[in-house]
Amino acid sequence: MQTKKISWPRFLVETAVLVALFTLVQYGITTRMLDQYVQINLTSMCINIILAVSLNLINGFTGQLSLGHAGFMAVGAYTAVILTTKLDYPFLAGLVGSAMAAGLAGFVIGVPTLRLKGDYLAIATLALGEIIRVTLQNIDYINGPAGISGIPKLTTWAWLFGAVVLTIIVVVNLVNSSYGRAIISVREDEIAAELMGINTTKYKVLAFVIGASFAGIAGALYGHYFYIIKPETFNFMKSFDILVMVVLGGLGSTTGAVIAAIFVTILTAVLQPFPEIRMILYALILIIVMIYRPQGLMGNKELGRQTLGRIWGIRR
Amino acid sequence: MTLLNISKLYKSFGGLSAVLDFNFQMEERELVGLIGPNGAGKTTVFNLITGIYKPDRGEIVFRESDLVGMSPYNICARGIARTFQNIRLFNDLSVLDNVKIACHKQVPYSLLGAIMRSPAFFEGEEQIEQEALKYLKVFNLADKRDELAKNLPYGEQRRLEISRALATQPTLLILDEPAAGMNPQETNELMQLIEMIRSEFGLAVLLIEHDMSLVMGVCERIYVLDYGQIIAEGLPHEIRNNKKVIEAYLGEELN
Repeated sequence: MQTKKISWPRFLVETAVLVALFTLVQYGITTRMLDQYVQINLTSMCINIILAVSLNLINGFTGQLSLGHAGFMAVGAYTAVILTTKLDYPFLAGLVGSAMAAGLAGFVIGVPTLRLKGDYLAIATLALGEIIRVTLQNIDYINGPAGISGIPKLTTWAWLFGAVVLTIIVVVNLVNSSYGRAIISVREDEIAAELMGINTTKYKVLAFVIGASFAGIAGALYGHYFYIIKPETFNFMKSFDILVMVVLGGLGSTTGAVIAAIFVTILTAVLQPFPEIRMILYALILIIVMIYRPQGLMGNKELGRQTLGRIWGIRR
Repeated sequence: MTLLNISKLYKSFGGLSAVLDFNFQMEERELVGLIGPNGAGKTTVFNLITGIYKPDRGEIVFRESDLVGMSPYNICARGIARTFQNIRLFNDLSVLDNVKIACHKQVPYSLLGAIMRSPAFFEGEEQIEQEALKYLKVFNLADKRDELAKNLPYGEQRRLEISRALATQPTLLILDEPAAGMNPQETNELMQLIEMIRSEFGLAVLLIEHDMSLVMGVCERIYVLDYGQIIAEGLPHEIRNNKKVIEAYLGEELN
């Protein structure tokens, strides 16, 4: 991968495309052309993209199988909701706080667990995700299992869009740098990486913390859109849902994660009218995709030049 | 000045003593061979030097600092780089990226700079790329820069591994059976290459090799290891006629 210099014309074009996309949807929402149903799905889609792209940094690029992503989402959601509803901070502070709290949780969990490998790490992160959930259930300050309801709807299209763009920029720019190559070398061959001077523990923890922070932001956006948060929402099934998107998109492909998140959200929405067979169809479609594209929709490749991933305008 | 001084090194795996009272010295810019029958403990010694294994006892002093207990990346930072007996490249990455990763320890921009795409990032990336290309050119791999490492033919993978090790700017390069699986022609080229990189980069080279023509041809001094112990040490022609060495390789003569 070459990253030579900023190409300003490209940067401007991509910025223009993003502004246009944002304005178009915003126009649709303001004029009520996009109804409530579409808006809810749009919100889910954005949250799923953030979750999938951030988990892909951990699972796909760093190669560390983490099954606790919903736990970090929970930390973020609760932190943000406490900050905005109980302590009366503005939403932005809630978002920043959620990223910091989830990142801190990622650090605390990552340092001891990331010395484990493969399935052991998967089980440890799964367990820690559950520990987060059960802990939240037992704190009276946040109403335990009942959760917090009556959360003001502060998540707007602007916040969602901004968060998605920020997530993708950070992950793509990180991955396409010397630090990103260090992260990827851990996935490729940990021992060889270590012997080439890469502090593998440091880069595993770094990827884990950044991934967790964005999951925290996703949680904050979720809480401030869907009115209620309770620990049960962030159980390990939620972690699996995110993992499905990452594997479906292709481990180590940011565009793949975005496409898969969009695909899964639309699929869930389309299957909504058939509640009896919804899960069967969902599973069936996933199985078919995995049979014909075992490496995921994108493998570890990125889509060409015009994708969201290249927003910063890097000439390749 | 002594570059590497190993004394009284012990390492056992369960009941098996892989390295027993291993003593070894090496000077700057020296080209030393470590030979021995299969299972003699040669690769274990390399793994002890580079920090993959921790020795049970003993000292490994490299340029006046003790390496025992240091993690591999710290040892690499102090100037020891190595290749592997069974090639360990970053298979799914391009040839260029393989070498760029080895340049990471001199990364000239910050993490935040990378995420914000600061001017320092673009300058730094350019610098890393030139640096990486420099090492690829030495090994005639520059035109393969965008190929995936796994798609290279075997001999080129070996060369890529050496160029990746060189990119960490070592003062001691450790090669674990660099000629394994090469034909005589390739081995010959490799010999010249080893001589060349030593003079060009001013390195000391320590190599394990089974190919005696390579060992005898390039090494200035040879250590012979058997059952985890040094059984002989000396100049190539001395080793060739050493009784103990012949015994270790071929067995004792019957009377």
